[in-house]
Amino acid sequence: MIITSDKDRILSNNLALRWLYNVTFIVLAFTGFGQMPIFKRYYISDIPGMGWTADFYFTHYIHYLGATILLALFAYVSADFLLLGKKKTKLTTSAHVRILILIGVVATGVLRVMKNLPDVVFSPGFTLFIDIGHLGFVMMYFLVALFCLILKSGWVERKSR
Amino acid sequence: MGKHISRRTFIKTSLAAIGTAGISGLALPSTVKGASSEELATLIDIRKCIGCEACVEACHEANESKFPEPEKPFPKMYPSRVKVSDWSEKRDVIDRLTPYNWVFIQEATVRVKGEEQTLTFPRRCMHCQNPPCADLCPWGAARKLKNGITRIDADICLGGSKCKNVCPWHIPERQTGVGLYLDILPSFAGNGVMFKCDRCYDKIEAGELPACIEVCPEDVQTIGPRKEIVKEAHAIAEEIDGYIYGEDENGGTNTIYVSPVPFEELNRAIQQGPGRPHLEQVKDSMAHADNLAKAMVIAPIAGFAAAVGKFYKSAREVTKSDV
Repeated sequence: MIITSDKDRILSNNLALRWLYNVTFIVLAFTGFGQMPIFKRYYISDIPGMGWTADFYFTHYIHYLGATILLALFAYVSADFLLLGKKKTKLTTSAHVRILILIGVVATGVLRVMKNLPDVVFSPGFTLFIDIGHLGFVMMYFLVALFCLILKSGWVERKSR
Repeated sequence: MGKHISRRTFIKTSLAAIGTAGISGLALPSTVKGASSEELATLIDIRKCIGCEACVEACHEANESKFPEPEKPFPKMYPSRVKVSDWSEKRDVIDRLTPYNWVFIQEATVRVKGEEQTLTFPRRCMHCQNPPCADLCPWGAARKLKNGITRIDADICLGGSKCKNVCPWHIPERQTGVGLYLDILPSFAGNGVMFKCDRCYDKIEAGELPACIEVCPEDVQTIGPRKEIVKEAHAIAEEIDGYIYGEDENGGTNTIYVSPVPFEELNRAIQQGPGRPHLEQVKDSMAHADNLAKAMVIAPIAGFAAAVGKFYKSAREVTKSDV
């Protein structure tokens, strides 16, 4: 069996997907921080074209939209790795760390979305844990991602023959 | 008549329950208990209100211990556009909502059956079924309880006023110089605590009625399971050819008003502004989020399907190249 184009098969080489992931994550982080009432206080919404950042409903909608794209992307990348990528590549150590943190981000995010549904009531302590946990995991992810960028550590590496 | 509870029936039922409790250890009626998993709603019959403000006074007395006692001088706020909100020297203001006044009487002079009449009615938090203040609070300080109460936890709230911003009626009011923000970054984040009606959650937990309902001499308000309250509101509206507010507003609230005149008319006649909420029709603020939440369930399935599709395409290509 010959794989003619590894470049197309290995998702970490897929530039469009990388861009989609990075842009989605940045938008999510920005709108996520925008859930705190800080953009108006600190003049961000006064910047021409940034007035929308003070609209909590709008930033919330964009955050949900970004989360929807990210969930689809995670499912696609995970399934693709298990079906195709795993044969030729393996996850790096930093990828394992990032995946664990991302699981935390997604899990707390999903729980927060559930909590926001009508008729779903969580205990006060649990709600607080979800909110702070979500913020904490995201900040942790950025820190780790920064280290990975500096150390040029990718998500996958070729399996040694 | 439904299972809703008026002041009179509550006292009767309570006395009966106390008697029973002495024998069997049973508690007060479950319909008004905080432990109830059923949403409780209040019915406000505008026709009955005489504007005596007994509810306002009772609210003050019952909730005095929850009122803010700010530390002064307030921390200097940065940037300078952040203004302090201090009601501690104006605690006697009762003609609007403040951190020290969680219910007030609104007035509307309108024509009822051709006759000019001044209607009065209590205004406070509507206790939405899907409250945006709780859904969008970034700390979980504003939250909905199982029994339909939406309350703000003064120990957690940082006073960012987001809840007021997203509330269709802009109900919560801020007091600076109190709360958790003082222990974090008082000059740079937060600005006090937001206050509003908590429908006497502590009294309800103890099997008692909210103070405003208990004290009302005219039985303007009743409380009970939402379904029963809505049924009762419709029965009254049908009987008087009247109108209902709160059943569908913002996707449904746990405060249902019944009026002999359309709410559009009342809305035009009431004094509106800060601390004085409107009576306009309100669309479900959280509908967009609820719809996207459904899309979030489909998204991973779509992503997975795309990966499987790519896998089969790739397998077919490999088979072809093998041939």
